[in-house]
Order: sequence, then structure tokens, then C-alpha cells
Amino acid sequence: MDMRILGRLTAADALPFYSWVAVGGAVVTVLGLLTIVGAITFLRKWRYVWTEWMTSLDHKRIGIMYVMLALVMLVRGFVDAIMMRAQQAVALNSTGYLPPEHFDQIFSSHGTIMIFFMAMPFLTGLINIIVPQQIGARDVAFPFMNSVSLWLTAAGAGLVLISLVVGRFSTAGWTGYPPYSGAEYNPGVGVDYWIWAIQVSGIGTTLSGINFIVTILKRRAPGMKLMRMPLFCWTTLATSILMIFAFPALTVTTALLALDRIFDMHFFTNAGGGNLMNYINLFWIWGHPEVYILILPAFGIYSSVVSTFAAKRLFGYKSLVYATMAIALLSFTVWLHHFFTMGAGAGVNAFFGIATMVIAVPTGVKVFDWLMTLFRGRITFHPSMLWALGFIVTFVIGGMTGVLLALPPADYLMHNSTFLVAHFHNMLIPGALFGYLAGYMFWFPKAFGFTLDERWGKGAFWCWIIGFYLAFMPLYVLGFMGMARRMERYEISAWQPFLLIAALGAVVILAGITCLVIQLVVSIRKRNEKRDLTGDPWDGRTLEWLTSSPPAPYNFAVLPQVRDIDALHDMKRHGSVYVRPKQYEDILLPINTGAGVLIGGLAFVFGFSAVWHIWWVAAAALLAILATAAARSFRDKTEFCLTGSKVQEIENRHFRDLAREGVL
Amino acid sequence: MKRAKAAGGRTLGSYLTGYVLALVLTAVPFGIAATGALSMQSALIAIGASAIVQVLVHLRYFLHLGLRSTPQERLLAIAFTAVLILIMIGGSLWIMLNLYYRMWA
Repeated sequence: MDMRILGRLTAADALPFYSWVAVGGAVVTVLGLLTIVGAITFLRKWRYVWTEWMTSLDHKRIGIMYVMLALVMLVRGFVDAIMMRAQQAVALNSTGYLPPEHFDQIFSSHGTIMIFFMAMPFLTGLINIIVPQQIGARDVAFPFMNSVSLWLTAAGAGLVLISLVVGRFSTAGWTGYPPYSGAEYNPGVGVDYWIWAIQVSGIGTTLSGINFIVTILKRRAPGMKLMRMPLFCWTTLATSILMIFAFPALTVTTALLALDRIFDMHFFTNAGGGNLMNYINLFWIWGHPEVYILILPAFGIYSSVVSTFAAKRLFGYKSLVYATMAIALLSFTVWLHHFFTMGAGAGVNAFFGIATMVIAVPTGVKVFDWLMTLFRGRITFHPSMLWALGFIVTFVIGGMTGVLLALPPADYLMHNSTFLVAHFHNMLIPGALFGYLAGYMFWFPKAFGFTLDERWGKGAFWCWIIGFYLAFMPLYVLGFMGMARRMERYEISAWQPFLLIAALGAVVILAGITCLVIQLVVSIRKRNEKRDLTGDPWDGRTLEWLTSSPPAPYNFAVLPQVRDIDALHDMKRHGSVYVRPKQYEDILLPINTGAGVLIGGLAFVFGFSAVWHIWWVAAAALLAILATAAARSFRDKTEFCLTGSKVQEIENRHFRDLAREGVL
Repeated sequence: MKRAKAAGGRTLGSYLTGYVLALVLTAVPFGIAATGALSMQSALIAIGASAIVQVLVHLRYFLHLGLRSTPQERLLAIAFTAVLILIMIGGSLWIMLNLYYRMWA
């Protein structure tokens, strides 16, 4: 162990002068940070940002901050992607423009960012904003823990971002397989950045999972039986169960790898009596459920979107619930298909191959349910609906290549080829990202009080889906032609045309991302004409559309009485919507606190010093985290009372808007 | 010992029983490993068995789970956890022993 004051942190090692592209990345990262800090300072908004947002325990604001983090990381992850596509487009018989060391960092950070710091915060954010409202609750079960989760996730993202400026990121891929990720072959800080970023954010995710489960089980409005919950709540419940059962496996696995690296232990080193295949086994015990952690919430979003914009009750509600729970359980029984080529016996491979094919059955049930919901519906082609339609078509293609890969003999041919890369992007881009973007465009008015521009939204959709097909269909072909994934250069000229098409696809996706940015800017500019005063811009069917947009801090002044799956639609039909009580009751709300930000900041310091072996700082940060948590737990006054008259004032404003819009 | 008669069997006596059992179940595998009294295979089985019994002792005496006294949904959650642990640990053992058999045995 390193006992120097600054561990192994030296200026010569730490700065990214090994490649001009890395220097560029570092400069952009630092400038981006300075721009944000500078803008807030220039506008004198620090007090506002701190008191209204960073310290907020309001689940909607925490959710919005999660989504903001996700969108920033989406851009960062996409820059990695287009850099790889550009490299492979030109690297026929040449070194291209990226040195191998740097190319390897890029594919590692692309995967890590997209899974842990784009998809996870995106789905957690949408769940945070919407689920409490859909079940008719005033808050999540543990508002403070929610803030801790957010800032731990942000701390992990911060570690990945700072690795671009101080030191290097892992070159071992987003899965970090030993022996290459072990200390012997990878003595630098890259793998450590990967490990600690995952450790820190993984704890945040586990806490989120606990929070959502308790919220859904304990905070439902009167009459909201489990079998009346909107499907997004069901998929959230399933995802949260997967989070709390699967993430400990990842935490333990990466912790064991850290012990190997720091204390020279031998869990995964063959020479020392360990077994590297056990790393791969443990990693995918988390890894496969993780796929469904990402995809199930998107399934829930599609269910909401499809039923709202087809103006129909969801077809086969019960079968969708059972399919969701079946997928959740089955997702724990397929992990070996990620390493068929380890060479297990026929019995083992056959079991996991068949389990993998079986999981396609409940997924297929869902696809038919969505199709039947659309059938004879009055369909509105809102951008969210386009994402859903694009998803149904594209996801089925990806699913079929997955069933193909579930055959062990076929997998032996495709393993580690670009066919695999094409397959999992074909699942996760339509199956997760399109869903989150559909949810973003669907629920944006709920979060901010004005709708997003639909023309730019449609533009974003068409660019994304065309770009997706251009970028990934060639990779299927290349896989059949024998191209391995993660190649920094190659000598086979027949591959290049396909790689050029793939690069073109990445450019089209870039246009899609540009559309998303323009959509946001245009909508903010035109926010006054796009105001959603009713809180229900799409003739919604579930309870989140009963609140005002943006909702009051307490969501519901009077807890709704639920009598149907489409609770709001049912109220509208019976004329029991927007009924005012004679008198409003007092409502308890959580008091904002900076303790969550502090714990996140300390976790960042802990991670950074663990990466650089600055042990005294790491220990101090860990102690400070414990002290903060302890101090916070001794606070008796964590809630304040919003009096009934204040509630009435807020509600009066909402009902005035409703009256002006002619809803009442 | 007066306030020891709390609800749901949460008496000082039951905590002490659990504590002593937990200590014994820790000491036994430790002793087996330290003295090397048993052969490798029986040592592994004995250690594994004490670990499983230890889990049950914790559930019974410290978390106060009982088949009749605990609400059904909580038992369901425990059962679900048990199934997942079985899948994860059983699956890992199956996979890794299969690998061992094919590579070294």
C-alpha cells in the first residue's frame, strides 16, 4: 500500500498529455464546468440553486435533477460513441486519429456512462417525478434518502468526468473483466476510477430501490389497490426489486476486484489460486437483471403513452402485470448466456439457453398487448407515440437476434463480435432510451408547466430512428463477416463500407440530439403560448394528470379516491374530478437539507482519494459521511406544516386557471 | 427482568438464547478451520451447515420471524429472497463446479 501524503497522485502522471484528443476532452470538460459555475455566479442565482434545488427534498425536483444529469451524460456518452465510429471509419490499415490507449478508454467510458450515468439517472428521475403522483401520494417514503441517492449518483458521474482531466479512465471495457483489470496488467488508476464510480453510484441506486418499493407498498391513495396501479408503477416496483437484489452482487464483485488490486488479494487471479471466471459469473448475476432494470420502466412508460394517445384503456392489464413480474423473476435465471463461451457443460448451457428463450415469451405478450391497445384506437401522433411505435418495430428485431444468440452454438460464432454490439444496442436504444425520451416528452408539461415543441420532437424521433438503423444494421453484417468488437484498427477492406454507413448513422443521431436541444430551447422561449394551465394537456387517464402543472409541493391537497385502473378517466366520466372540499387540511412537508449534498460531496472525495491511494483523506471522508448521517438522524424537526389556509391559496390559483381554461 | 415480557417473544431470555446460539455457530466453523480436525469435504459441509443454521437463528431470535406470528406478505418477501439466494448461490456453485470438473478434475 502507498503511504505517501498524496498517494500516487503526481502532476506528471495525472495530466492527459498522452494524446491531443484527450487534452481536448479535458479542456471541454473543464470549460463546461466553468461555464455552468460562471453562469450561475453571473446571474447571481447561487442562493436560488442551493435553496430551491440542490437541498430540495421534493421528489419532483430531485427527479428533474436526475433527468438533467442523465441528459448531460447522454451528450458525453454520445461524444464517445461518435468518436469510436469516426475512428473505425478511417482506421483501415492506419492508426486513425486515436491512439489505442485512448480508444480503449473511450469504449470503456461510453458503456459505463450510458448504463450507470445516463440510463439509471434517467429512469430514476422519471420514476421520482411521476410514480408518487400516479399512486396518489404526497411524497416518496423517505425524502431525505432520496436526496442522498441523487447526490451519490452525481458523485459517481463526477468521478467518471474528472477521470478525463486528472488521470485516465479504465481501458478494460464497461464490464472490467480480470485478469486484464487486475493490478498486474493494469497498474494505473483507470480501473480504480471505474470501480469507485460504480461503488458510489451503486449504493445510491440500492437506496432508490428501497425508497420506491416502500413508497409503492405503503403510500398508495385510498382505493389504489395493487391491481389498480398504472403499469408504470408496476414496472417501477419490479425494477426496484431487481435493484435491491441485483446491485449488491455488483457492489461485492467490484469490491473484491478492489481488494485484489489494492491489497494484492487473489479472488480473481489464477496464479494466486483465485478464479477469474467467478468474476464474470458474479458480474452477470447483477448484469442481466440490470438489463431489465433499464428496460422495465420504459415498458411502463410505453404503456402510459400508448393508452393515452390511443384514448383507450390498456389492453390486457393483468397479463401485462403478470408478464412484468415473470420477467423480473426470470431475469435472475439467464446470466450464464453472457459467457456461454466459457465452455460450461452441455447441461449448464442448455439450461441457460432455454431460460433465455423463455424470457422472450412474457416480452412477446407485452408487445401484443400494446398492439391490441392501439387497435381501433383514436391515435394521436404525438412525439411520445412515435417513440412508442418506433420501439415496437425495432425492439422486436433486436429481440429476435437475442433469441438467436440464446442458442449456445450460434453464440459461439457471434460472441464478442459486432453482431453482439448491434444486438444489445438494438435492445437498449429502443427498449430503454426511446422509452425515457417518450416519457420526457410526455411528462415534461407535468414537471414544468408548459409543453415541448412537437415539430422538433418529431424531428428528433426521425433522426434517432433512421440514425439507429444506419448505425447498427451494418454492425450485424460486420459481425457475420467476422469483425470483433472494440477494434481500434483493421486490415480488411471489405469492412470499411459498412463502417462508413455506421459512422453516417452516428451523424444522423447527432442531428437527433441537436433536435432535442433545439426543442428544449424553442419550447422555453415559447413557454407562454405553450402553458399547460389545466395540468392535463393530453386528456390523461391516470392520477398524475389530476395535479396542477407543475404540481404543488404536496401534489394532492385532498388525497384522491381511486375506483378504477384508469383512475382519472373514471373520475372524469363520473364527474367527480376537480371537486373542492369545504376546508383544506394542514399538510406536513419535509424541510430542505444540505446533508444529502454534503454526503454526495464527501463520497466524491472518498472515491477520488481511494483512486489515488490517498488513504488518510479517504478515511477522513468516510468518517465524515458517517458523522453527517448520524447528525442528521438526531434532528427531530425534519418536517414543517403547510397550513390549510396556505393550501387553499395555492389551490385557489389552480382552480382559477382551471376555470379560465373552461374545464370546470 | 420485568420489562422483558414484551410482545412477540421479544424477551431478554430469547435474545440471550439467540446470542449464545450465534456464538456457538461461529465458534464451531472457526474451530474446524483452525484445528483441521475434519477432512476438506466434511469441513466445507460443516461450515456451510453452520452458516445456514446461523441465518435461521438470526431470523428467529433477532428479527422475530415466526411462521404464524409474522404477517403473510412479509413471509412472502422472505421466501422470495430465499428463492433468489438459492438461484444465485446454487447457480454459481453449479456453474463453477461444472467448470472445475471440465478443467481440473
